[in-house]
Amino acid sequence: MKLVACVKTTPDTTAAVKVENSQATWGDAPLVINPWDEYAVEAALKLKEANGGTVTVISVGGEEARIALKHALAMGADDAVLISDPALAGVDPQAIAHILTAAIQKLGGVDVAFFGRQAIDDDSGTTPAQAARLLGWPALTLVSVIKVDGRSLRVERAIEEGRQIVTAKLPAVVSLVKDSGEPRYPSFMGIRKASKAEIPTWSLSQIGIPAPAAVIEHVTLINAPVREVVCELITGGNPQEIAEHLAEKILGEKQL
Amino acid sequence: MNTLVYIDNFKGEALPASWEAVGVGKTLGKVTGLIFGSGLEALAKTAFEYGVDEILLADDVSLADYRAEVYATTLKQVCGDQGCDVLLFPSTSRGRELAAMAAIDLNTGVLVDAVALEANGDKLTVTRPIYSGKVLEKVTCALKPQIITLRGRAFPKPAPQPGKTGPVKKVAAGSGALTTVDGYTTSEGGVSLTDANIIVSGGRGMAENPTLQPPADLDAKQAEIWRAQQGFAKLKEMADVLGGAVGASRAAVDAGYVPYAMQVGQTGKLVSPNVYIACGISGAIQHLAGMRSSKMIVAINKDAEAPIFKLARYGVVGDLHQIIPALTVAFKKRLGK
Repeated sequence: MKLVACVKTTPDTTAAVKVENSQATWGDAPLVINPWDEYAVEAALKLKEANGGTVTVISVGGEEARIALKHALAMGADDAVLISDPALAGVDPQAIAHILTAAIQKLGGVDVAFFGRQAIDDDSGTTPAQAARLLGWPALTLVSVIKVDGRSLRVERAIEEGRQIVTAKLPAVVSLVKDSGEPRYPSFMGIRKASKAEIPTWSLSQIGIPAPAAVIEHVTLINAPVREVVCELITGGNPQEIAEHLAEKILGEKQL
Repeated sequence: MNTLVYIDNFKGEALPASWEAVGVGKTLGKVTGLIFGSGLEALAKTAFEYGVDEILLADDVSLADYRAEVYATTLKQVCGDQGCDVLLFPSTSRGRELAAMAAIDLNTGVLVDAVALEANGDKLTVTRPIYSGKVLEKVTCALKPQIITLRGRAFPKPAPQPGKTGPVKKVAAGSGALTTVDGYTTSEGGVSLTDANIIVSGGRGMAENPTLQPPADLDAKQAEIWRAQQGFAKLKEMADVLGGAVGASRAAVDAGYVPYAMQVGQTGKLVSPNVYIACGISGAIQHLAGMRSSKMIVAINKDAEAPIFKLARYGVVGDLHQIIPALTVAFKKRLGK
């Protein structure tokens, strides 16, 4: 099977992100592979282990995108492609969907394109569905369980009401949620291999598309309002007394 | 403005965020509700009561199960025939996906997860959280239709007007199915986390109850999980009294205490209840990212230095395993249950 995982580099989840000079900054917090994308890479590797084939990881971005690609290579992906182009400055998630679609088409013969459910920086979560629509492939989003049966996939999708069990023919787009399986840690050998890997860079003209126009206009960035609360500590002589006092306070706020 | 609002339903039951979207649509003018599925007469009736002015109804057995491609094609046909300036969706799993596909199909953009909306003439500006709500961005889209998904519980739910009704126009179901739906496994009932008015959430501290005696045949790890699950059962009792839902921190999920579906935080569910009671949760930045928009936070933790207290309106420094059962009793008494 020819498997692809699309990955992105983001600030770590512990990063204290704030706005400075109209830009989002995160100080010296590390850049990492988007945590959701680790599940995409893991799912691709598991499918390869069960059915044979190759796993190619793709990222769109500047030099920082290599961080996600190298992590995926260290986890065990076979090869990586970086799509980088000066014309990419300021692209939005929808443009990324167009670019990834073109790259998947250029690779050719791809059976499954895996995505994380969303990137933890932009939080849009629209790229998998948009790429599927552009490719004309079934969108198997928010997947927690994957079974391959010949040329079809049977998946369980996490929805508000529980799980929806869906079957589709390959090729397909699959986006993963967390309970699809914990991503493996890169092995020592994997990290060595990844550090030496030569990652080819494709420009937009190499994947055969013009720079997609940004459809979203960014007006401004603002820091999330600071929560101004003073914590009132509830005390008492015993748990019952504390509980009585706390219940009275909570109900007194008239929020229930 | 010609505003269409997608009313997300599962087996004829609307998700509450759909009504919030109708409420937002009404602030822009007349609202046309889009309802897709099968056997939807009752839902159409309810939609009018929540303020929808007219309904475009695709009621067909081929739409009985949500399938992205068929629903997206139905939507594309409807928008093409009807013409529309604004297309609103609730930010549910289906709403987000359809909005994303509609942006492709209709050659426009999509603004996801709005928590505020401003209209300047015909142009809408959306405020949306990014970096898990650590930062907010304001965005617009110059193309038409303007497609926006609205985060659940960020906008008020309109009060229903019993007996209000309006015209229903039937529209055809789309084609282009690429999947078949084999069935569902539904989660055990109760209030869903994202819709809940009140959430009682447990963390690592749920296992720290030495007074419980686990069955003798459990090893240390199993005994820890067993202890935590007894604790979570107590949280459920309290949530039931309050009509709320039970959540958990990532630490509790990763330790195997409760399933991932209960996880609140950056890599779990984003919730914004009126009251969030954090029990034995220290308040890691990733957890705060998932619940910081709660109206009121209450923290119960034995560690007075836990960061969660910085966000809390009320706090108890103490043993949650003693406080929780007593608190449940106190709520029962006060609520007359």
